Amino acid sequence: MSGYWTGIVTILAINVVFAYGIYLAVATGQLNLGGAGFQALGAYAAAWLCFELDWSPAWTIAAGTVVAGVIGMGIAIPILRLKGVYLVLGTFAFAEVVAGLILNSETLGGAMGLPVPAYIEWQVPVAAAVACALLVFYLMATRFGLAVRSVHDDDVVADLMGVNVRGVRVAAFALGAALAGLSGGLYAHAFSYVEIQGFNASLSIYVLLYVLLGGAQTAWGPLVGAAFFTLLPEAMRSFLPAAKEAIWTAFGVTGDISPPDESWRFVVLGAAVIAMMVFRPEGLVTRDTFAFPRRRSPAAAPTREAAE
Amino acid sequence: MLLIQQVVNGLMLGSVYVTVAVAFTLTIGILNFLNFTIPTLFMLAAMMGWSFAAWGLPFGLTEPLAWPLALALGVAVAIAASLVVERFTFRYLRTKHGDSTEHAIPLVSSLGFLLVLENLVRIGYGSDAQRFPGPSADLTLSVGGLFFRIPQVISLVVVALIVLGLAWMMKSSRIGRGLRAIAENPDAAGILGVDTRRVVPVVFMLTGLLCGLAGSLFAVNYGEVSPQMGEDIGSKAIAGMVLGGLGSLWGAVAGGIVIGLIEMLTIHFFGADTVQATVWGALLLTLMIRPQGLFGHNAIGKGKL
Repeated sequence: MSGYWTGIVTILAINVVFAYGIYLAVATGQLNLGGAGFQALGAYAAAWLCFELDWSPAWTIAAGTVVAGVIGMGIAIPILRLKGVYLVLGTFAFAEVVAGLILNSETLGGAMGLPVPAYIEWQVPVAAAVACALLVFYLMATRFGLAVRSVHDDDVVADLMGVNVRGVRVAAFALGAALAGLSGGLYAHAFSYVEIQGFNASLSIYVLLYVLLGGAQTAWGPLVGAAFFTLLPEAMRSFLPAAKEAIWTAFGVTGDISPPDESWRFVVLGAAVIAMMVFRPEGLVTRDTFAFPRRRSPAAAPTREAAE
Repeated sequence: MLLIQQVVNGLMLGSVYVTVAVAFTLTIGILNFLNFTIPTLFMLAAMMGWSFAAWGLPFGLTEPLAWPLALALGVAVAIAASLVVERFTFRYLRTKHGDSTEHAIPLVSSLGFLLVLENLVRIGYGSDAQRFPGPSADLTLSVGGLFFRIPQVISLVVVALIVLGLAWMMKSSRIGRGLRAIAENPDAAGILGVDTRRVVPVVFMLTGLLCGLAGSLFAVNYGEVSPQMGEDIGSKAIAGMVLGGLGSLWGAVAGGIVIGLIEMLTIHFFGADTVQATVWGALLLTLMIRPQGLFGHNAIGKGKL
């Protein structure tokens, strides 16, 4: 594979792991807008252990995962008392605090960032992404997954039916934080450098968008969302200049046509987000996507209509 | 004396945060919608004001009249943009499934608008900061050894007038009563004759107006505009709103000023790099210890409209 494609495959795999981390929180109905904070924790833990103590990547990445998971659990217990908008703001504030603390930490390099001496090939993030996807698919098929789904749909009923709502939420949030930390550790070793400016609010926003636009109902959502929104900007890198040239030629302009501004990619992405929310707010992949080929009993259909 | 000067500076900075925080708190208090386009509208008004002034609009007017009119046009653009946002975000709040992440829909589309508007401005005018050709920001007034910059004093007065006017409007006018009724219970408000579809856009017009004014005041005070200017102000305003209590007008006022003071005092004692950690740390602590904030009541954020 060429360098360009290995770069894209690596970042795609990292984004998939990251998206699964946020997905676990979203699947219990908790919007986590602090993803960059957990990823930064994992990345800096791995980078520091590698740079200062010379640990091998396998151990640093594992340590990063554990650090992010433990801190995620510590923050989940007080923060998950919050709901809706408050929770969004709380997780967002957490990410900003993490970024602010790392920025002021001499040991972690402050604004300069940390170099990561040990390098991992693209196969490692890809293997991690596959393992994560399998893990989340398995989890969502277990009794725990059923509890997660019930808490997402209606926490009061879930509570009445004997689901430990708080326990499920904290567990899902902490596990999600650990996966976000894992993605951070992979990032640190794959790109050989961490700097805190990379783990900013936009990153938290993007990863939450991957999950919500992919669809939070099934474990396919984050995979599809991360793949779509990582590859879309890359596809537009070649598509947009071609489109501009076609439009300009159609209006009779000839000669040297400058490529369009890089920012157009984000305009298209934003417009796609708005359109998705208007036409398909439940995400690209839903439970109905897979229910379609199955045969429904004719008697059940009117009951379902009446219930809505 | 230097410390008192920092307190004065903090108050002045806080007044910009207050205006944006009030815009946030209105949409959250009435519609339970965290509108992420607010920082972008703030930036849009200032950037458009600058570009109108730079193009020589409004046509041929001489210096003392040109830039206030350009800023007024900028505010008008912000209000128009805010109404477009209303059309594409808030109208789609009701969902088919009714699950617990449904309140995220307008939030997510407002994030989409944030991307679109900010990058369109970047395409149009580049990412660099531009100098705003307003009055000199260096005119100072010295009272008892303390320095007050005159444009900032004027801004403070303007902000105070805006907040008082808004408080009066919410309390006494017909539209304000309608808005408060929707905040209490949208269904009951509808039954009692409040036309939700006509009243809700008013919130977005007010949002555009407040952000536009805040952006204009910022442009005049600091003499500089850039496509990134909204991010910092927006996050500080959110912090101020949460500190004061979501949905509370006076809470946003108090919170915005407190954040301005915290920022200035942190810079004074610990240096500029620690501002991010202290401001957001204050916010995180507030959310953990007293989520309703200083003045809010805990009914906000529990599923409305």
